[in-house]
Amino acid sequence: MESIKDKVAIIGMGCTKFGENWDKSAEDMLLEATLEAYEDAGIEQKEIQAAWLGTTRLITGENLANVLKLDYIPVTRVENLCATATEALRNACFAIASGMYDIALAIGVEKLKDQGIGGLDTSEIQPSSRTSYPLGAAAHFFARMATRYMHHYGYSYEELKRTLAKISVKNHHNGSLNPKAHFQREITEEQAMNAPIISWPLGLFDACGVSDGAAAAVLCRADLAKKFRDNYVLVKGMGLAVGARQGFLQPAYDFVHAEETIRASKQAFDMAGIKDPFNEIDCAEVHDCFSITELVIYEDLGFCPRGKGPEYVAEGTFELDGKLAVNTDGGLKCFGHPLGASGLRMVYEMYKQLQGKAGPRQRKNPTLALTHNLGLNPGSAIGSVTVIGQRD
Amino acid sequence: MVGIISYGAYIPIHRVTPETEGWEAPYEKATAHFDEDSITMAVAAAIDCLRESKREDIDGLYFASTTSPYKEKLAATTVATAADLRSEILTSDCTNSLRAGTTAVRMALDAVKAGSAKQMLVTAADCRMGYPRGTFDRNFGDGAAALLIGEENVIATIEATYSVSDEILDVWRMDTNKYVHAWEDRWVADMGYNRVVPLAAREILKKSNLTIADISKAVFYGQDQRKHAQMAKMLGLKPEQVQNPMFGTVGNTGAAFSLMMLVAALEEAAAGDRILCVSYGNGADAFLLEVTDAIAAVKGRRTIKQNLGTKMVVGSYEKYLSYRHMSAGEDEGNYTSIPEWPSASCIFRERDAIYRLHGGKCNVCGTVQYPPQRICTKCRSADNFSSLRLSDKKAKLFTYSIDSIAEAPAYALPLVDCIIDFEGGGRANFMMTDVNPKDVKVGMTVEMSFRKIATAGNIHNYAWKCVPFRGVSREETK
Repeated sequence: MESIKDKVAIIGMGCTKFGENWDKSAEDMLLEATLEAYEDAGIEQKEIQAAWLGTTRLITGENLANVLKLDYIPVTRVENLCATATEALRNACFAIASGMYDIALAIGVEKLKDQGIGGLDTSEIQPSSRTSYPLGAAAHFFARMATRYMHHYGYSYEELKRTLAKISVKNHHNGSLNPKAHFQREITEEQAMNAPIISWPLGLFDACGVSDGAAAAVLCRADLAKKFRDNYVLVKGMGLAVGARQGFLQPAYDFVHAEETIRASKQAFDMAGIKDPFNEIDCAEVHDCFSITELVIYEDLGFCPRGKGPEYVAEGTFELDGKLAVNTDGGLKCFGHPLGASGLRMVYEMYKQLQGKAGPRQRKNPTLALTHNLGLNPGSAIGSVTVIGQRD
Repeated sequence: MVGIISYGAYIPIHRVTPETEGWEAPYEKATAHFDEDSITMAVAAAIDCLRESKREDIDGLYFASTTSPYKEKLAATTVATAADLRSEILTSDCTNSLRAGTTAVRMALDAVKAGSAKQMLVTAADCRMGYPRGTFDRNFGDGAAALLIGEENVIATIEATYSVSDEILDVWRMDTNKYVHAWEDRWVADMGYNRVVPLAAREILKKSNLTIADISKAVFYGQDQRKHAQMAKMLGLKPEQVQNPMFGTVGNTGAAFSLMMLVAALEEAAAGDRILCVSYGNGADAFLLEVTDAIAAVKGRRTIKQNLGTKMVVGSYEKYLSYRHMSAGEDEGNYTSIPEWPSASCIFRERDAIYRLHGGKCNVCGTVQYPPQRICTKCRSADNFSSLRLSDKKAKLFTYSIDSIAEAPAYALPLVDCIIDFEGGGRANFMMTDVNPKDVKVGMTVEMSFRKIATAGNIHNYAWKCVPFRGVSREETK
């Protein structure tokens, strides 16, 4: 098996403001993200040889071709639940690494705010047996993990909620520094702890928002990247692991980790040559669909020992000025989670960090960064990990 | 030998025909007048049936229909009283099924055989409604039949019976519906009717050591002309063996349909004829009848033929709608587009998992899995499972959430979403009900309970939930 390491460069990226973009269609957002990415890369559309579009809704490759007026080039629509945008990136990377294309576009979009209900309507994207319970929103999936986390490690409700509140406060702080975030307001620990319960033990501030957005990346063969810019970013490793409902069928599953994150990160770390992720990775964008998810992700990615997440959080380890900054742009907490766009939105932030262009959120000379998505739910998930780094 | 002593039938004189202004079908159907319903039609058939019978010999009356004018109150007593039967008799309504008529015959037969009744009068009548201008509206007709079941002087003996029960949501009407609804037409035929009716015919012939060629006349239910004709072929019947189903003249008369055809068959039968009768509706009832010499003595009936021969044409489709309190354009959200959940075909396909709560136990490694898998989650053996009923097993709560934002009515919130581990193996995800959320604890013992999850798209969606093990009383949620 080969590695993707250093074969593909990211030479331009674009990202819309995320939020309730009532005045923008999916096509509007696709165009906006693409134009920013073209400008950033300094290329014209005619140089794009193929495109991958990530979205979970009824938007096809033809929609992308139409809004951009692509010139009969291959366009492929991909879907992988919450990892959908990363899936567009992953497939475009492999196409370039294969030598088939020199320059490609990876783009993701989701227009959730046309569905007419609050929350995330999953009925369109899950091939359900149509006999399932009326649980559209995803909070209960992860609340089960929070319940078990308390029981498994012996944390009280107070203790767990305090930890989760700190994670949400951190992400809101980062989001307050980001004009592209949906929510740009700081919150307090007390606000987070006392927020209305949505799915016990999770409250309103333990959940990410629901928003619209799009993000795009222009990729090229690493050996051609210098033609476009000096500070291009290299793809170091990519991993994807899809669960087979082991956690729902086998009582051995503990509901305090996501095997899919562990397996995907191992694939990516092996490609990137990472042995000690906590010390080698400088900043990360992880899938904080809920605060408990972020806590468990720290442990699954090897950022801290099992059950010790709360201690690391209390020490400020993952804050903007901490040892390993997590969700520097505000995360899903502040951006919301338009499924088909999130993964590329994360890569956008890490790309800017590696280029030293993250403004008030800028980390000090980061060299290696990670993005992570976790689709579906603990018990059976889709784990996706991408590592990118500065050029030598 | 137990069998049919007498028969009667009734078809309303009113017909919607191509002459009816605004009626779009090229054929006609019988329709109850504004002052008729299933009770009045059953009375007419009963009176016709009892022409030479002694009322005092009759020990009971069943009224079979899917369209009783009452949801609570016997219709059978009204029919029995109007038919002038005694008061010290058994009366009961047999409802909610297209085979209610044949089921009532089976119950009457069993009562006579058991010696608890000398004669039982079975009446069946229906006036079902499909939404205006829909397929059912065009095909449904109204009518009634009556059969007197007893042991002496039978005109046709009932030589064999066969019944099968089949859980399927193919054609239905909810307690709150006015119109009959159905799942996709092709599925209704392929997975329901075309599977069950041949099964019932095959089994009763096998039971009787007969082949289809031994049958003089076959009486069987069909939703419409096309499906009925296809079934005749499927059963291997020659055209002369098939009893005319009266589509295009009377229409599909629901619970009365099979019995009306049986009456028509008896009218033309000769001693020694073998009649096969198969109904359909969540399974089937089948009878094998042999006509006796006593058939020659039957006379004075109004007969199906005479019923058909006399008619009054309803002037306009609007008038017909007003007779039945129907309004043009009403449809109760019938399926013209892809429905929201639940799916009848999916519930049917997964009925063992959803209704019976069967899990699978791997025959190789013994791991219990719910819902049943094709490939074992543990040892990956393929299609090598034994079914295991989980509905009567206790379980321990592994973890849970208490969800307040689910897409459910306010009275159902919060929903307790559980991961449970069954005693003896098996992990699964269920809702918990009958519980105050504050009493939910990791490790608590739960048991299973069959519940209605929701009603949507004119479908009641049933499934299992877990409940706290019923040891003590519990406090309700405030």
